[in-house]
Amino acid sequence: MTMRATTAMPSVATAARAQVQVSLRAVDKEFNRTGRGGEAIHALGPIDLELRQGEFFAVVGPSGCGKSTLLELVAGLSTATRGEVAFEGRPIKGRIPDGVGVVFQEDASFPWLSVRDNIAFGLRRMKIDPRERERRIDSALAMMGLTAFAQSYPAQLSGGMRQRVCIARTLVTEPRLILLDEPFGALDQQTRLLMGDEVLNLWRKTGATVFLITHALDEAAMLADRIGVMSARPGRLIDIIETGWSRDRDSRIVQEEAFGAITARLWRSLRSESLKSIGKPEAGP
Amino acid sequence: MRGWGNTLKLVVLLLVVWQLMAWFVGDVALRTPLQTVVFTAKLVATPVFWGHFAETAQAFGMALLLAVAIGLSLGFLLGLNRFASEVLEPLLVAVYSIPKITLYPILLLSFGLGIASKVAFGTIHGVIPITLFTLGAVRAVRPVFIKTGRVMGLGTGHMIATILLPAAMPEIFTGLRVGFSLTLIGTLLGEMFASQRGLGFLLMNAIGLHNVDLIMALTFLLVLFAGSASSLLLYLNRRLYERA
Repeated sequence: MTMRATTAMPSVATAARAQVQVSLRAVDKEFNRTGRGGEAIHALGPIDLELRQGEFFAVVGPSGCGKSTLLELVAGLSTATRGEVAFEGRPIKGRIPDGVGVVFQEDASFPWLSVRDNIAFGLRRMKIDPRERERRIDSALAMMGLTAFAQSYPAQLSGGMRQRVCIARTLVTEPRLILLDEPFGALDQQTRLLMGDEVLNLWRKTGATVFLITHALDEAAMLADRIGVMSARPGRLIDIIETGWSRDRDSRIVQEEAFGAITARLWRSLRSESLKSIGKPEAGP
Repeated sequence: MRGWGNTLKLVVLLLVVWQLMAWFVGDVALRTPLQTVVFTAKLVATPVFWGHFAETAQAFGMALLLAVAIGLSLGFLLGLNRFASEVLEPLLVAVYSIPKITLYPILLLSFGLGIASKVAFGTIHGVIPITLFTLGAVRAVRPVFIKTGRVMGLGTGHMIATILLPAAMPEIFTGLRVGFSLTLIGTLLGEMFASQRGLGFLLMNAIGLHNVDLIMALTFLLVLFAGSASSLLLYLNRRLYERA
């Protein structure tokens, strides 16, 4: 009895800590302007944010507010000027943490590899059994609806399908955190809604945390559990909205009243910031 | 198929022009296509020809190998290092525009008479275009490919072998194609001056002896070789671009 009680204590503490997967504390990012006497540009921060294990978190903000910079900090592609970014309790210092997958806005499928080899590329650094490897590739192909195109080359596919190849390439690594940097920005509206369904699907199936950067308010309102709203540069979080959607939602929620309310609230928070970002500060109420 | 038809038309047109020129100029300077082919057949049956051929092939092979190896390494080095490329690229372009023949006396004095100076002369012709094309190709690799590699935790070696090289391959190949032709020119030029062996020497000798048959046969063989090699490279190059 006493044994169980004493061992239970730390495990509860560990569980509580595991709830938070990514944490940003007082994070600032500045860029040095090139050339002599150039002042540093304050791009981002200070930002404090915690991502919970398994949640779907979206970030919206006016263009140029540092959304992508925020994602690069979490991905380890860039280092914070001040503050600390940590993944699963360990600080990220310009080192790419294991268990993180990124899908970029631009088409990042490699034109010199077939769809199957593109997806297999995600596994090249991982030492895994060949049978397990084939299983993962086949299941990623199936999940993204690419099985029939395994031998095709990206040049033969549409933009939406190429983006799916990139998602599949990330999926095979079985990431615990998936970072999406406006992955549907280059796609048409209908394809975006359907791709949204697929992202929700894989989020449910993999149990991974998803961190989505987007400029589309409706996309954030439909996909996320929580939405962070960023200010104009230097980007700070000015609002965090809980959507309250159930886990088995899909694109049909765009018809619901709550969807409209969320999108409206997002725009209320963002409008003045967006005006600032295009150099037109709001004149009175 | 259409492409082949056009190539055939071009070849026939060239043969017709050649024949007309031979009639017009007379046999002081030219032979007809038929005479040339007949003499070429006789020439390639002699062991003397193959001795010279082997010499040229060896010099060209070594020069090409060096030009490709140095050009690719230098191109990658500069392509990956913004500062170094900003400093060295204008220099390379300047050197590229110097007629290399003016450097030949220096090369001869440095490397001596013989194969070394021919190889060096061939290499300096080919190495700069290969470097410049590689440099440009590496610098033009889309940043999102490099980011993808970094997210996957690839080290510099893996990044070059699995992402930069294949992504830059179509353009690098264009550089190799240009480098191939220029290295061949350089090697033959090297043989034409201050050399005792090789096809270039044979050609210079024929000019000295006013042996029109030999001049025509050698030129014919060189055109045949350079033409088919660059057609093959061009074909491979187009296939690379189709995928990109």
